[in-house]
Amino acid sequence: MSSSTPSSSAGGVGSADSAAPRRNSKRPKYSKFTQQELPACKPILTPRWVISAFMLVSIVFIPIGVVSLFASRDVVEIIDRYETACVPDGYKNDKVTFIQSNFTKQCNRTLTVKKRMKKPIYVYYQLDNFYQNHRRYVKSRSDSQLKENSSWDDVSSCKPEDMSNDQPIVPCGLIAWSLFNDTYNFSLNNQQLAVNKKGISWKSDRDSKFGKDVFPKNFQNGTLKGGATLNSSIPLSEQEDLIVWMRTAALPTFRKLYGKIEQDLQPNDQIVVTLDNNYNTYSFNGKKKLVLSTTSWLGGKNDFLGIAYLTVGGLCFFLALSFTVVYLVKPRRLGDPSYLSWNRNPGGH
Amino acid sequence: MVGGRRKKQHFSRIHAFTCGKAYFRGDHSLIGGPGFSRVVYCNDPECFEASLLNYGGNYVRSTKYTLATFFPKSLFEQFRRVANFYFLICAILSFTPLSPYSSISNVLPLVVVIGATMGKEAVEDWKRKKQDIEMNNRKVKVHQGDGRFEHTKWMDLKVGDIVKVEKDEFFPADLILLSSSYEEAICYVETMNLDGETNLKLKQALEATSSLHEDSSFQNFKAVIRCEDPNANLYSFVGSLEFRKEQYPLSPQQLLLRDSKLRNTDYIFGAVIFTGHDTKVIQNSTEPPSKRSKIERRMDKIVYVLFALLVLLSVIGSIFFGIATREDLENGKMTRWYLRPDETTIYYDPERATVAAILQFLTALMLYSYLIPISLYVSIEVVKVLQSIFINQDLHMYYEEADKPARARTSNLNEELGQVDTILSDKTGTLTCNSMEFIKCSVAGTSYGRGITEVEKALAWRKVSPLAQDVTEEEGQVEEFKKEKPSVKGFNFLDERIMNGNWIKEPRADVIQKFLLLLAVCHTAIPEVDEEAGRTSYEAESPDEAAFVVAARELGFEFYERTQTRISFYEFDPLSGKKVERSYNLLNILEFSSSRKRMSVIVRNEEGKLLLLCKGADSVMFERLAKSGQEFAELTKEHIAEYADAGLRTLVIAYREIDEQEYVEFNEQFTEAKNLVSADREEMIEEAAGKIERDLILLGATAVEDKLQNGVPDCIDKLAQAGIKIWVLTGDKMETAINIGFACSLLRQGMKQIVINPETPEIKALEKSDDKSAAAAAFKASVLQQIAEGKRLLSSSNKDSEAVALIVDGKSLTYALEDDVKDNFLELAIGCASVICCRSSPKQKALVTRLVKSKTGSTTLAIGDGANDVGMLQEADIGVGISGVEGMQAVMSSDIAIAQFRFLERLLLVHGHWCYRRISSMICYFFYKNIAFGFTIFFYEIYASFSGQAVYNDWFLSLYNVFFTSLPVIALGVFDQDVSSRLCLKFPPLYQEGIQNVLFSWLRILAWLFNGVLSATIIFFFCIRAMQHQAFRKGGEVVGLEILGATMYTCVVWVVNCQMALSISYFTYIQHLFIWGGIVFWYIFLIAYGAIDPDISTSAYQVFIEACAPSGLYWLLTLLVLIASLLPYFAYSAIQMRFFPLYHQMIQWIRSDGQTDDPEYCHIVRQRSLSHTTVGYTARFEAKSKSSKERARDH
Repeated sequence: MSSSTPSSSAGGVGSADSAAPRRNSKRPKYSKFTQQELPACKPILTPRWVISAFMLVSIVFIPIGVVSLFASRDVVEIIDRYETACVPDGYKNDKVTFIQSNFTKQCNRTLTVKKRMKKPIYVYYQLDNFYQNHRRYVKSRSDSQLKENSSWDDVSSCKPEDMSNDQPIVPCGLIAWSLFNDTYNFSLNNQQLAVNKKGISWKSDRDSKFGKDVFPKNFQNGTLKGGATLNSSIPLSEQEDLIVWMRTAALPTFRKLYGKIEQDLQPNDQIVVTLDNNYNTYSFNGKKKLVLSTTSWLGGKNDFLGIAYLTVGGLCFFLALSFTVVYLVKPRRLGDPSYLSWNRNPGGH
Repeated sequence: MVGGRRKKQHFSRIHAFTCGKAYFRGDHSLIGGPGFSRVVYCNDPECFEASLLNYGGNYVRSTKYTLATFFPKSLFEQFRRVANFYFLICAILSFTPLSPYSSISNVLPLVVVIGATMGKEAVEDWKRKKQDIEMNNRKVKVHQGDGRFEHTKWMDLKVGDIVKVEKDEFFPADLILLSSSYEEAICYVETMNLDGETNLKLKQALEATSSLHEDSSFQNFKAVIRCEDPNANLYSFVGSLEFRKEQYPLSPQQLLLRDSKLRNTDYIFGAVIFTGHDTKVIQNSTEPPSKRSKIERRMDKIVYVLFALLVLLSVIGSIFFGIATREDLENGKMTRWYLRPDETTIYYDPERATVAAILQFLTALMLYSYLIPISLYVSIEVVKVLQSIFINQDLHMYYEEADKPARARTSNLNEELGQVDTILSDKTGTLTCNSMEFIKCSVAGTSYGRGITEVEKALAWRKVSPLAQDVTEEEGQVEEFKKEKPSVKGFNFLDERIMNGNWIKEPRADVIQKFLLLLAVCHTAIPEVDEEAGRTSYEAESPDEAAFVVAARELGFEFYERTQTRISFYEFDPLSGKKVERSYNLLNILEFSSSRKRMSVIVRNEEGKLLLLCKGADSVMFERLAKSGQEFAELTKEHIAEYADAGLRTLVIAYREIDEQEYVEFNEQFTEAKNLVSADREEMIEEAAGKIERDLILLGATAVEDKLQNGVPDCIDKLAQAGIKIWVLTGDKMETAINIGFACSLLRQGMKQIVINPETPEIKALEKSDDKSAAAAAFKASVLQQIAEGKRLLSSSNKDSEAVALIVDGKSLTYALEDDVKDNFLELAIGCASVICCRSSPKQKALVTRLVKSKTGSTTLAIGDGANDVGMLQEADIGVGISGVEGMQAVMSSDIAIAQFRFLERLLLVHGHWCYRRISSMICYFFYKNIAFGFTIFFYEIYASFSGQAVYNDWFLSLYNVFFTSLPVIALGVFDQDVSSRLCLKFPPLYQEGIQNVLFSWLRILAWLFNGVLSATIIFFFCIRAMQHQAFRKGGEVVGLEILGATMYTCVVWVVNCQMALSISYFTYIQHLFIWGGIVFWYIFLIAYGAIDPDISTSAYQVFIEACAPSGLYWLLTLLVLIASLLPYFAYSAIQMRFFPLYHQMIQWIRSDGQTDDPEYCHIVRQRSLSHTTVGYTARFEAKSKSSKERARDH
């Protein structure tokens, strides 16, 4: 009977049950990547990990801290603040007038060496409250002019120290114009201490940023004199004081390398410094300091790094200990989610 | 002629798509007037008059942009985002002296970011363009004169062309059907691309042109069509055809729409009337509503917070700057003389310090712009696209049988998937297969059919309810539900009493014969006869209908041909025992509609008797029975109730003989109603149909089963465990819905059921009387009262912690959704563990969705498969379409399409959870890294007199977000997994993290911001303290601005990358590559950039090679800062992980302890967070064991 022969019928789309393999299957290709099953490490902060991490940090940090602290302590530093002392008594209340006058600014200072200082001894001047990092100041230079003689008139970024007597200034800009002009002469036991002023600037500056064929022109010829003048017969690449000064400091208190003393100094040596106190820091209440310092492998004297290392290392050690104690005293209650926020409100479901 | 009425009434229409025969009606007088001005010179597109009209070509452009508009348009789109606009302003300002950076370094990141987004737009548009090209270059046969038809590209079609479209081809434009391969000039059209309906629609040409069967007959064909202007209305069309000096009216019946397909017809001839963008389908295309996720909305708020922070910092900075600048001149004397305050620009003028401060404010805005992550939006977009690819590629969401993978149609909502609070689900086709199986019937008061439904199994299982049952056994039970397929699709009927022709031996064989005959005749299905196999299959509008026709066939009434006027079938003749060919004249079809809830056909049988065959829902059918026709009414009602209990869909079958006179009267009224084009057309048709559908004689009832999809109960259980509320919104009867609810674990015994269904006799009586308003008022009062009662019950059961289910029917829902009641209703519904709305219309579904979404503020997900779910899908926060059997409508309007309901489990619990976690940690981290960076810049300003000098080199700054830190974030957003997918599924309560928004709470965001500030503080102050004025290396050199900048930047890169490494929990080689690669890349960049000529590298020239690398301090400082900045976070997370673990961390513990396979252990973790008021079979088990324990205690 025909009615009993089973026949395929379709309600709506009847193609779903075709068993034949499809050629253009839309089945996604299996790959670990697309199925998000890439091999992965899934670290979690187990007590062992936490404690060993803290311990590891303290084990590494405390020795580094000690070494750094020792390095910093090894450095011998003589700091002499002179900006007030070098003003004659009559002008103590009006230092600005004094510094802007034509009086002789020479001044003698005596420094006592407390500990043996090995060569090279670096001579720095330190200025305070001087915003070399002020945006107007930082931008006020012409890199191309400093580099190449051909762009000597590229002074557009140097205002107001760009032109003087209708001639471009080389080097132009506020930074060069305000070049530090105190000078120091050292003598030990009435013998001149030689200050080596070569190699105090960065090599890359000498080689690439300050041209060998660029000579100062028309510098400090304006009505308002800033700082030091430059010898116009020496190319900029050899004017190391200028190069050092032109690398603007990051912070308002900064030191700049003045020179190196290539001679050991013994304890109780008396160094007489004859200085020309020319630079005006009085207008903005800046301090001036002369610094003689040796260096260690970490640089100058600064205990911060050592102390910080010791502190962090110690803290980690303390944390490691307390975690150990807490883990032992108060083992985790596993599988107790009763404190999960959504279990606190019973009406949540 | 206009307004005249054609005499010859050929045949009735099959589908309501028509407006009946076209007559010149009111609207046709509009032709030629405004809005109806189109004139088409058929077969003569080149003639003078036609060339004057200048209608557009058939070229279709779906691209968003053209070559010319791409830049302006897409740029405009880009800069509508506040953040982008801000960066644009910054870029413009960077060309003024205000800028703290060089302009190029400021513009470049913006260009990169905008470029990337525009690139994406361009690629997407290019894809569309390619589709357009393909579409426009399709070929169709076009009349070239002389009766020749030649293949021409679609885009070269012109209005007035005559085209010949062959079987299974798409129509290239909107056509007027002139003739077809059929004598009656009919053709079948599939409109799946238009409305998603898979059933075929019938079109018919005018009689005047129907004789043009040959190519050659178009040689001298001339006609003029006048019709309405292009519009978007798919179902209306008004026009007239002037042919051989006569006017004929045109209706939608002659209109073939572009993008629909010719089916079951060899060829048709048509005249092009609308081309290209004038076609109705293109006029119809609208952008779907764009949805944004909650996280993104909150992210915008954070961006505003950061903007506020930015402004605050800028204000502080500019105030201090103003003060410092004013003091540069004291009584005319310069203080900071090296700045030359006496001769300065406006930006630093001490005499106009206020102005300078205001200008400085603008500078500061640019300077601190690193607080706002410029690449955030782009990165998120990239991440989301990749996440969507993962969803699309997931093999676990690929449905083998239909060859359908999951498809994320929008990538906007990935993370929203992790926060779904309420799922609103359709029932038919979503929870169930929507493949109907004829399983039982009741004829003449006898119930036939021995099949057992899944619901019955569930019921049986529920009744047995063994207390000691184990969970695993329960799972076994559910497994058992999955039954092998019946041999005949749609037919699962087993009863030897009526199968194989045995029905003639039954006592009421005559009724059975009429019953089966009705099944074979009363439908709108179209048969497809496979000649070779001798088999007939059917195309039907709904699976129910197909099941009926199949059942009729299997029981001996094989329907095999349908024409406009005739229905032919083989009848098993009980006397001869042979198949007899019969054909009935089909006179009218009274369509099914949701308001009528029934359909009928009027046929004339071979003896010439007029029969009305009718099937419909019990609620409307019983009241239409004749007094004499209620012979089996009581028994049938009983059976229907039984069937409904078993979760079956029932229909009542009845018939009636009509006398000629009555038919003529009816036909006149009915035809008139059908031809009306006015708002009350439907009503008129209904009224006419209602008049004839009365005094019916009951034959019996049918029951079809809508089978549960695979894995639905399991999936619902998991979702319930995850704390997601599931509401079922269905059009089904209450009993059916409740039973499905039981079958899929939404309801369980012992749950209190609040049923809102105020069908009291008084209200019914009121309704029958004419006082509708009184009835409505009484009804509403009753609904209100029941809601109040429900709430009382709810509050009392809350104390005993009993689960409550709410069941509402559609009519009550109408009142419950009214403005003054809905808050009350919602309050009640939210308190219930499961909510089932029965008999709800598509609009009600959408309204309920909107109510839940707007009132509770929680994330809603709507899932459905049919066109009736579209409103709901678009209304909900996320619309998930099931690409099932009911066409593509739901999928087209959904955000994510999956093939089976059970994939929802993986979509939400795995992908949703991951995406939520990824995006939220990614955003938090983004803000962290930008805060950490931005604050170092701000701190530096304190030491630079707020002058706006940046501590970093320009290029360090601009590449921070683009190169050194962005890839790890993207890796985090794409790959991070807190727990594996297996564990996500094993511990559904994990999903609560998303619902509660634990990972993206304000507290957490602020904590990350705070962590950023903390890191910045440590980085900055450690760096400047360690590198102050002393020499920083052996050679006595001191630190300059560029060295401090490079060192600090190194620290920042290390810290943010390692912070990332600390905060992610899933390291693949990709993470390793990106994180450590980012750091290595920084050094490489530093070296490479430092090696370039100082004109370009400026302050970075040789800074690493010459100054930093040889310095021990530089390296030691990096290590110190790195450890010190990570220490707070590390200590915090160690404590939190151990003592206050979040749920995912608990699972991580279990995993690392290797206890994931310890069932008892997992049980504890799972159960603790499982409340017995939830639904699902686990909850059912819990409730059971609880009650048994209590009982044990009582004894």
